[in-house]
Amino acid sequence: MRQILSLLLENHTGSLSRVAGLFSARAFNIESLTVAATEDPTISRMTLVTSGSPEVLEQIFKQLNKLIDVIKVVQLSNGPHVERELLMLKLRAESSAQRAELKNFVDIFRGRIVDVTDTTYVVELTGTTAKLDAFVEATDTHNIIEAVRTGVSGIARGDKGM
Amino acid sequence: MEILRGAEILIRSLKAENVEYIFGYPGGAVLHIYDELFKQDDIRHILVRHEQGAAHAADGYARAIGKPGVVLVTSGPGVTNCVTGIATAYMDSIPMVIITGQVPKKLIGNDAFQEVDSVGITRPCVKHNFLVNDVRELAITMRRAFYIATTGRPGPVVVDVPKDITAESCEFRWPADDEVKLRSYKPSTKGHIGQIRKAMKMILQAHRPMIYTGGGVILSNAAQQLIHFVRHLGYPVTSTLMGLGAYPGNDSQFVGMLGMHGTYEANMAMHHCDVLIAIGARFDDRVTGELDRFCPDARIVHIDIDPTSIAKNVPVDIPIVGDVGAVLADMNRLLEEGGDITPDRSALDAWWNRLREWAAIDCLRYKHDSKVIKPQYVVESLYELTKGDAYVTSDVGQHQMWVAQYYKFDKPRRWISSGGLGTMGFGLPAAMGVQLAFPEAMVACVTGEASLVMCIQELSTCLQYGLPIKIINLNNRYMGMVRQWQEFFYAGRYSHSYMDALPDFVRLAESFGHVGMQIDKPGDVRSALTEALGMRDRVVLMDFITDQTENVYPMIAAGKGHHEMHLSPEHAPPPDRELA
Ligand SMILES: Cc1ncc(C[n+]2csc(CCOP(=O)(O)OP(=O)(O)O)c2C)c(N)n1
Ligand SMILES: [Mg+2]
Repeated sequence: MRQILSLLLENHTGSLSRVAGLFSARAFNIESLTVAATEDPTISRMTLVTSGSPEVLEQIFKQLNKLIDVIKVVQLSNGPHVERELLMLKLRAESSAQRAELKNFVDIFRGRIVDVTDTTYVVELTGTTAKLDAFVEATDTHNIIEAVRTGVSGIARGDKGM
Repeated sequence: MEILRGAEILIRSLKAENVEYIFGYPGGAVLHIYDELFKQDDIRHILVRHEQGAAHAADGYARAIGKPGVVLVTSGPGVTNCVTGIATAYMDSIPMVIITGQVPKKLIGNDAFQEVDSVGITRPCVKHNFLVNDVRELAITMRRAFYIATTGRPGPVVVDVPKDITAESCEFRWPADDEVKLRSYKPSTKGHIGQIRKAMKMILQAHRPMIYTGGGVILSNAAQQLIHFVRHLGYPVTSTLMGLGAYPGNDSQFVGMLGMHGTYEANMAMHHCDVLIAIGARFDDRVTGELDRFCPDARIVHIDIDPTSIAKNVPVDIPIVGDVGAVLADMNRLLEEGGDITPDRSALDAWWNRLREWAAIDCLRYKHDSKVIKPQYVVESLYELTKGDAYVTSDVGQHQMWVAQYYKFDKPRRWISSGGLGTMGFGLPAAMGVQLAFPEAMVACVTGEASLVMCIQELSTCLQYGLPIKIINLNNRYMGMVRQWQEFFYAGRYSHSYMDALPDFVRLAESFGHVGMQIDKPGDVRSALTEALGMRDRVVLMDFITDQTENVYPMIAAGKGHHEMHLSPEHAPPPDRELA
């Protein structure tokens, strides 16, 4: 089972390695992890995507809560939430036919072309992991020069903050 | 307003925390701190002979007295030498504060002389650690280190202090209580009363109840609450290695230790119980045996202060997160208030009858021998001659199991042993910490010839500080526990488990300034012990030449359940197999 966790942690050097170390020491999966400071510079917000059986997910939740630097953990994917990921793709775009087709394709996925050379495009796309997967799948892999994904960020729906 | 140097702030912080002893070893990065230590005599520094010894000694002190142990070591090798001791304390949830010197801030990350990433190296084996970045943070960090180490589920906390910080000055003010609190750390103590009521109902409805206690009872100082609870209910109680002594080992309701080398009756009762009450125990693999076969009929109540311990290995029906002592107090109150439900006495009588049948097998019986010393006999004799009232530390191996089986601890904090990590080399330095905590007490270290030499250098520390420990070396010329596994599971291929080229332990003791004795006849065991125990102000190393091939029984082999114990060859197969 896939699960998205939102964490608030002390913005110390070392907090991130405590979380990452916990996952490697206990052989828990990390699919992706993003972290940045919040509007309160003493607090970082992390979104972490993991997977496992319900028992393992419960252990992960409890073990994260046990870390002294972790202020709060929410199992985001257990309730209504919004998740987004950013993808940047550098694609070969050489002939004008190829360029036109790509442009069209990017529009369908509501992406944007953010850099152009004589032979390449850089495409930017946000969406759920599934949408980005679909875009990558639909792209001819021969044309992908480089792909960068940020990993999922998420937020709960509704009027309450974490 | 007081302006102090970092090193002074550190010492003042330790005084504010009422620290009596620091176990340490000097070096470049901590010289400012050692200079401050020199200028005062409120805190006694115990100079060990290896930093591993410092950590184990502080750990032994903490286990015996219930206050945090304090360690001071230098950067680099000082820290790495300490890691085994920190991990040992971590696995058994022992409160400690370890102050490690670090290279000056501006050199950090430069591969400076004696630099190691102490925070990184210790991260997986501490409850928490800190790198102090600013002298103004030193006092609050020290106070937090003690707060974290001693609250909730206790554990070791490392404070890494760069050398320049110990030289810089700032205003010293000991932080107030409310400044210590952390928004990210709120250990729960009181159990949820609704859960407690639900649990009591299940407990009182049991027909075949079993109480399984662990080190958490000792850590929470809940022995009195436990005794009250067990006696009031009249239920059988077993304990893990770590919990021995919380409930008196010679009481009729105590059925012995459980697990791999537990008693037949304890393990059979685990297998057949219908309600299991786990108190401050963590369902370790040495306790549960094969998980698929664990307590097949039982509904489980689990009380633990650490939520991660609950349902980690075994699913639980009623979890109660809270301090064991507080939860037991609530339970005892409910029992006293009474209610409509009381235990079914006739079911309980029938259950006790089965337990007595299992116990009648007398699984710890062993064959005496008139020519070779049986290790069990040495431990039994020690128990009788000390009237069960000694502090006993151990190393790891067969001797450790024999103490757990034959020394019937009847008070908490008397049995000092590395259960979780299983660290050979623990026994002697831990005994030093115990002896410092209780200078008048009888402190014995039961060890094996392989374990003892792992921290043998601490014999010098014993001499320097006059710590009259009695070392009982059960010398079987083998890494006995390894040999036993090789005998059982590797067709007797004793790969590297024979202890060749052993020292002459008598002369070794003498060369360190102590008394050495060698005992090789069963008839001399008691008189030698009596003589040694009588030398109240001397360290005595007793080298007992024991039966080389004795094994620890009973035993649950890997992959087996509690009901599939091997008894010793002395025993006929149990008559009541059909009960199983
Ligand atoms: C530091 C360390 N290394 C290795 C082991 C594995 N080990 C467990 S018991 C044992 C043998 C201990 O031999 P000894 O101290 O003579 O005790 P005995 O079993 O003979 O009583 C070993 C090597 C360990 N527990 N700790
Ligand atoms: Mg041995």
